Amino acid sequence: MFAASSEAASAVLTSGFFLENAWVIPVIPAVAFALIIFFGRKMPMKGSEFGILSMVASLVFSGGAIMQWIDRVNGAGEDQYVAPIVKTWTWWQSGGMEFGLGQHVDGLTLAVLGVVAFISTLVQIYSVEYLRGDRRYTHFFASLTLFSAGMMNMVVAENMIQLILGWEIMGLCSFMLIGHWWEEGANSRAALKAFFTTRTGDVGLLAGTSILFFAANDWTQKTLGVSGFSIRGLSAWALSGEPSHSAIVWGAAALFIAAIGKSGQFPLHTWLPDAMAGPTPVSSLLHSSTMVVAGVFLVARLYPVFFEGMDILGGSSNFIVIIGGITIVIAAALAFVQTDIKKVLAYSTVSQLGYMMMGLGAGAWLPAVFHIFTHAFFKACLFLGAGSISHSASHHSFEMKKDMGGLRKFMPVTFGTWIISTLALCGVFPFSGFFSKDEIIDNVGHNGYTLFMYVGLGGAFLTAAYMTRATYLTFFGEPRGAAAGEHHDDGHGDDHAGAHDDHSHGDHAHADHHGADAPHDSHHGDSHGPHESPALITMPLIILAALAIGSGLLNAVPFGHSFENFTKWVEPRVEVISPTGLATVVGGPGASRTAAEEEGDGHSTEEGHHDSPCGKETPKDGICVAPQLSHAKFKWSKAALSMIIVLLGMVISWVLCVQLYDRKNKALVGLTERNALLGRGYRFLVNKYYLDALYENVIVRGIAHPVSAAAYWVNQNVLDGAVNGAGNITRKLSGWVYRNVDQRVVDGTVNASGEAARGLGGFLRPVQSGKVNQYGALLFGTAAIGALVLVIINT
Amino acid sequence: MLLNQFLILGAVLFSIGVYGVIARRNAVLVLMSIELILNSVNINLLAFSLRSGTPDGHTFALYVIAVAAAEVGVGLAMVLLMYRNRRSIALDELAEMKG
Repeated sequence: MFAASSEAASAVLTSGFFLENAWVIPVIPAVAFALIIFFGRKMPMKGSEFGILSMVASLVFSGGAIMQWIDRVNGAGEDQYVAPIVKTWTWWQSGGMEFGLGQHVDGLTLAVLGVVAFISTLVQIYSVEYLRGDRRYTHFFASLTLFSAGMMNMVVAENMIQLILGWEIMGLCSFMLIGHWWEEGANSRAALKAFFTTRTGDVGLLAGTSILFFAANDWTQKTLGVSGFSIRGLSAWALSGEPSHSAIVWGAAALFIAAIGKSGQFPLHTWLPDAMAGPTPVSSLLHSSTMVVAGVFLVARLYPVFFEGMDILGGSSNFIVIIGGITIVIAAALAFVQTDIKKVLAYSTVSQLGYMMMGLGAGAWLPAVFHIFTHAFFKACLFLGAGSISHSASHHSFEMKKDMGGLRKFMPVTFGTWIISTLALCGVFPFSGFFSKDEIIDNVGHNGYTLFMYVGLGGAFLTAAYMTRATYLTFFGEPRGAAAGEHHDDGHGDDHAGAHDDHSHGDHAHADHHGADAPHDSHHGDSHGPHESPALITMPLIILAALAIGSGLLNAVPFGHSFENFTKWVEPRVEVISPTGLATVVGGPGASRTAAEEEGDGHSTEEGHHDSPCGKETPKDGICVAPQLSHAKFKWSKAALSMIIVLLGMVISWVLCVQLYDRKNKALVGLTERNALLGRGYRFLVNKYYLDALYENVIVRGIAHPVSAAAYWVNQNVLDGAVNGAGNITRKLSGWVYRNVDQRVVDGTVNASGEAARGLGGFLRPVQSGKVNQYGALLFGTAAIGALVLVIINT
Repeated sequence: MLLNQFLILGAVLFSIGVYGVIARRNAVLVLMSIELILNSVNINLLAFSLRSGTPDGHTFALYVIAVAAAEVGVGLAMVLLMYRNRRSIALDELAEMKG
């Protein structure tokens, strides 16, 4: 099917314009950011046109690069290594070290890049309508654009320094965007929390990068001629059998801590649900394709380091898989007690990120990356759907229990896209989530992590159940509160700090949300009840829902080998290559095979996969840049099992919801108050496992307060005592000095000098005119005279 | 080596800056002129540093930049206070310091 004649293919290969210039992709939005900041307010659309245009341009560039990469990969042999397209320029030099900027483009880069550009474009279009009339509209678009630029920069990064650059840009922009409506205290607290929590993890990023650099630099310089920051250098180094055990273990662990912070893994996941304080398009972008995926991407990008450092195929558990597994379960459990629709989705994101981490930790690299890909579409769709509901139906409220219910009749498009995305999230066949999530679970079991396979299946059950609950509360049953057309005047945020009225900025009167003076509400016009959102909002929803169905077919393992396109395009083909093959800037496919590989390579295929020593033993006569991983063989029986579990979760949850919320079944309503054990569990969940309390009260107070108390004690007793003692001695001494020295000797001198000064002052008085310019003139005049004198003396 | 051009540029900038400090009434413009002077110094430092091949001049120029940033911060704060108190930032109206 890819039989575009070989001449045409080779023509594209030799040109490869988009691939070789992929570094432009993050530069475009960065430039757009500057344009928005400087000229945005004067433009007819207040700067959003720059943002959208730059996103479209990035999308076109990524699309071109993806096409060319696919051509290139298809043109290469089945198991032949395709070199990444690497370019690098020196950014700065210091102490003999060179720090580069550049690009490292391969299948993983392009998969994530495409998703980021695509989702960013849709989110920006959506924001035009959603934030219409916002007081910081221009700044919002500026931050949003820079945010995407940061993510793209991180994705194309050639080395760790560039990766950190993009990573930190994202951290900063997430702070600005989450706190976009900072007039409300809860929002700025959430922004600070997100910033500080991710910064805690970032310490690991810096530490890990340094550890790896000092461990690897000599080897990479000698073998590949690249620095120890370079991603391909580190990958090759990790698999070379060269690194010392402790260096790579500590490096990988430190980097993983960074990934924990950024990707909201247990125990640093607490910032992510609070990040809902930002405008909904931000949540959507943050939680689908950018910010939170950064940590997963870091692990996927430097996979060889983690593979060796965590001994991924060597045992039945490791740091990554344990953290991932814990995250899946605890986040899914938390999603059950949320009443805010966006928080349900937030915990669902945390849980899905847990799947990705678990997959990576268990050697299911490709399914995890594919899950990044599919998850981006359906989660963006769900978030934008929640935004659509609050925008048009529930008066900017996100409370499912108070202000929603029965919305399926009023918002058919939002409802339809929501249902499709929910099914995809739950992993129902044939929606996209099935093909990625089921593959993760399957491969985790296949690689010997049996316990975690069951964790994954349990997570699937919980996912299905809480999503059913959210869907029921939002779209079924009787309309409540705002959804029923009521005007409620109490606002939100009365019960917990995170409840935020999405549009309650500053001067906005709470008493009547639909006052004529509220500019952004003008489009509601005559209709006060719930209604469908305008086309700028529903179009992105429809596009994303279509992808939530379709994107799974890119790697539909059940349908046979010819459907595994994502595997073919993204997974690095594993073979031993010569070091020069990696260092070339643009290596044609196969330019790098070693002679040894050409001869002695019996294609010992296992499930159609090439068997390479990479990752298992030390490569001879060359280097490896990716470990050999095997894929589980798809079995319908296993898929059927997980389908049954998902359906079970949906049915049980549905029945319980109907009984609890609709029929008000006596046996269920208030169960948590009557049963002590259930009540305790419920409070444990509502308080988010007391992690926030632990961080704020125990860690922050426990460390900061004793330190300050001790400092105060030292100040009062030790320092003050010393000061007072010294003071007493000084006083006695000074009494004597005063009588003898001061009165006689000093005063005489002072009086005399005072007289002299007065005379001089009278002489100089006209100079002190009080005119600053005149002082300047005097200063420069004096300096000029001084300079002249110097010149004369020296010549 | 283009040392001459560097030095001439530095001297021109310096002179413009001195002119600005002496002749301008507007406090903000005076501050900007001071920046010009500092930067002309930087150019000289860099020019000589490049010529001698040692990084000292570069380092020193970095310090100058940092100090200049602090200086302009203090300066602008003063201008702001002046404006709040007097509704004007014309320097020639400020003669309280007259001795």
